[in-house]
Amino acid sequence: MILDVILRIGAKMFIPFILVFGLYVHLHGDFGPGGGFQAGVIIAAAVVLYAIVFGKDAAVRVVPVWVVELMVSLGVLIFCAVGVWSMFMGGEFLNYNVIFHAPPVSQYDAVHGQHWGVFLVEIGVLVTVTGTMLTIFYSFAGRGRAE
Amino acid sequence: MPNDLRGDEMAVSSEGMSLVQHLPALQVAVPLVGSVLCAIVRQRHLAAAITIACSVAMPVIAYLLLEIVREHGTISYAMGGWEPPVGIEYRIDVVNAYLLLLVSIMGALVALYAPRSIANEIAPEKQGLYYSMYLMCLAGLLGMAITGDAFNVFVFMEISSLAMYTLIALGSERRALVAAFQYLVIGTLGATFYVIGVGLIFTMTGSLNLYDISQLVWDSEHVRPVIAGLAFITIGFGLKLAMFPLHLWLPNAYAYAPTVATAFIASTATKVAVYLLLRFLFSVFGTDYTFGLTPAAEIMMVLAVLAMIVASLSAIYQVNVKRMLAYSSVAQVGYMLLGIALVSEAGLTGGISHLFNHAIIKAALFLAVGCIFYSSGVTRIENLAGMGRQMPLTLGAFVIAGLGLIGVPGTAGFVSKWYLIEASAAAGHWWLVIAIVVSSVLAVVYVGRVIEVAYFREPVAKVVRRPEPEMVLITWALAAAVIWFGIDTELNAGIAGEAARSLLAGWRE
Amino acid sequence: MTELADRPLLEALATNYNYWITIVLMVSGLFIVVSKSNMIKTLVGLGIFQTSVYLLYLSPGKILGATPPIMAEGIESYSNPLPHVLILTAIVVGVATLALGLALVVRIHEAYGTIEEDEITAVVDREDYAE
Repeated sequence: MILDVILRIGAKMFIPFILVFGLYVHLHGDFGPGGGFQAGVIIAAAVVLYAIVFGKDAAVRVVPVWVVELMVSLGVLIFCAVGVWSMFMGGEFLNYNVIFHAPPVSQYDAVHGQHWGVFLVEIGVLVTVTGTMLTIFYSFAGRGRAE
Repeated sequence: MPNDLRGDEMAVSSEGMSLVQHLPALQVAVPLVGSVLCAIVRQRHLAAAITIACSVAMPVIAYLLLEIVREHGTISYAMGGWEPPVGIEYRIDVVNAYLLLLVSIMGALVALYAPRSIANEIAPEKQGLYYSMYLMCLAGLLGMAITGDAFNVFVFMEISSLAMYTLIALGSERRALVAAFQYLVIGTLGATFYVIGVGLIFTMTGSLNLYDISQLVWDSEHVRPVIAGLAFITIGFGLKLAMFPLHLWLPNAYAYAPTVATAFIASTATKVAVYLLLRFLFSVFGTDYTFGLTPAAEIMMVLAVLAMIVASLSAIYQVNVKRMLAYSSVAQVGYMLLGIALVSEAGLTGGISHLFNHAIIKAALFLAVGCIFYSSGVTRIENLAGMGRQMPLTLGAFVIAGLGLIGVPGTAGFVSKWYLIEASAAAGHWWLVIAIVVSSVLAVVYVGRVIEVAYFREPVAKVVRRPEPEMVLITWALAAAVIWFGIDTELNAGIAGEAARSLLAGWRE
Repeated sequence: MTELADRPLLEALATNYNYWITIVLMVSGLFIVVSKSNMIKTLVGLGIFQTSVYLLYLSPGKILGATPPIMAEGIESYSNPLPHVLILTAIVVGVATLALGLALVVRIHEAYGTIEEDEITAVVDREDYAE
């Protein structure tokens, strides 16, 4: 472990930037290329890099398996919650126009709703994709060697 | 600036919607949320409770939808408020309203049957995930049945299929893993074939909305890519519904999955694929296009007859009762395809009513097998010896459903076969009548073999415990339905006839 | 271009090369799935087969000389964004299928000690015979 000091320092330097870049891609997704899928993979990649350099056990201490598995379900739940919420507000399932303003909705309100609706659903996507990627990584990494 | 970009298509409804209007979305969203909740709680009793609650709500929603469709005609639900053909449309007419009812009733019965059977077959820590995958599969199948968007069909098809592979892999034997892997490869090929076909049609018509495609399909600049797309779609569904030479995944998948999962998949998954094939061949493309420009009917007729004969012969030689029923399923799919290939009202009525009947019959048979496995752990036919005396109730249900499978008058199977024979005779295809009779005789042989072993031989295996009352009750409810649909022919054949007329009329205006 | 027009086959190749690549990928993927007994190779073939579909959808969506589908002043023609969204979904489905397939292969390896399908078939047949 002592010899890969460059890797370890390098990883430690890179990981915060990877995470911030992930968030940038996510938030930029409203107006340009980007969004939850890409950002989720980038954020998962940061954890994977940590796991590769410091070992899977260290990564599991930072991001436990149960958190990762919860994230998979939680993201879908956020997505469905937005859909059901728009139903309660009197629109169709996932109709973002109405998530803040019950119909009738003015054009301005509709844009407000669309903006936040996409944002919330993309957060759901981000959480699920990050969780799924890490679940896949955790369940394959190191399997068959420890036993 | 975004204000200027939103055109008139972002119409905002002026008043709120009532709960009834949301039923199409709830039909899919409820099991999806239930599945996620099961994955979060993991605890098996809680997960079972969530599963039962969600599954039992499904027939209620499906029934309400059916009532609305019968009263007001086709329902169109714009997902997210984006009007079709731009947005994803959920489109419900008589055909898929009945299918939704069928799938959701089967889902509810299997969910009520499941807990003790699952407790017997799957390790406790995996049971919560089993329920999660079961609800996911249900959501996918209902989504396939309800949606009116070609690409959305693909997404739901993959949701249900991925859940199904997992359900199969949860089987107790290690062979279940291989069966699941083979099904994964073939199922993915099928879904990809479908998506290639949709891609070709999308390129030529510029639309993914099924209703919209039906209006545009004759106007496409070139015919050949569209026909190629139709062929890809047919092969894709052929893989999913186990059309004869493409059925090789099915026997192992049915044989090694947990018994409840088998009962659910056998009674719903292939049926939904048959429905979608009907939808594409008749509603989207229309009879003139599909059967006028391509030899689809002739090819399907030959494959259907081969399925009826060859798969029935294979069923006779099986040693595992679940595998035997699986091969019989391939043969029964042949009857449904025959109904499609005849392209007549009587033929389609027979095919569609066979779709419903076979779902009920196969569910009853597999659930009866589930009771036997629960009590004695037997799956081999020779070890069933003497079961008729040891478990008279369960075997009684098995015999009734078996008679339905053969098509004895007074059972549901007779009604649909009668329509098929009538349609074949009307079309002048006497060899088809002979094929139906031969296939039924083969069914007598393979069902009769089980009955002979179960009633006329000395017991081999010991019955360790009685099957639970709710398991026997549900099996008997399905067996009773087999008789009921055989006597009250108007109910089943009337519905099927209504659906057949609606399909033959097509969507093209 | 006049020279190309004299040779119809070459012209077909040159003007529709995206479809030819799609077809080559599609057929080779399918061939690998059908011909290989190794389960990992089967999954690789499946991946190639699916990738060909991504290309089938994406290439007609691109309009030559048009911009990416981002709205701004003075932009008149832009590529069709719908295929990208569809294929994003298809890629996610592909990843999920691949992950599940690999998970099954790992479990099969643990249960049988091999991932060659013909060897497993032999074991299964022996078990059937022994029963």
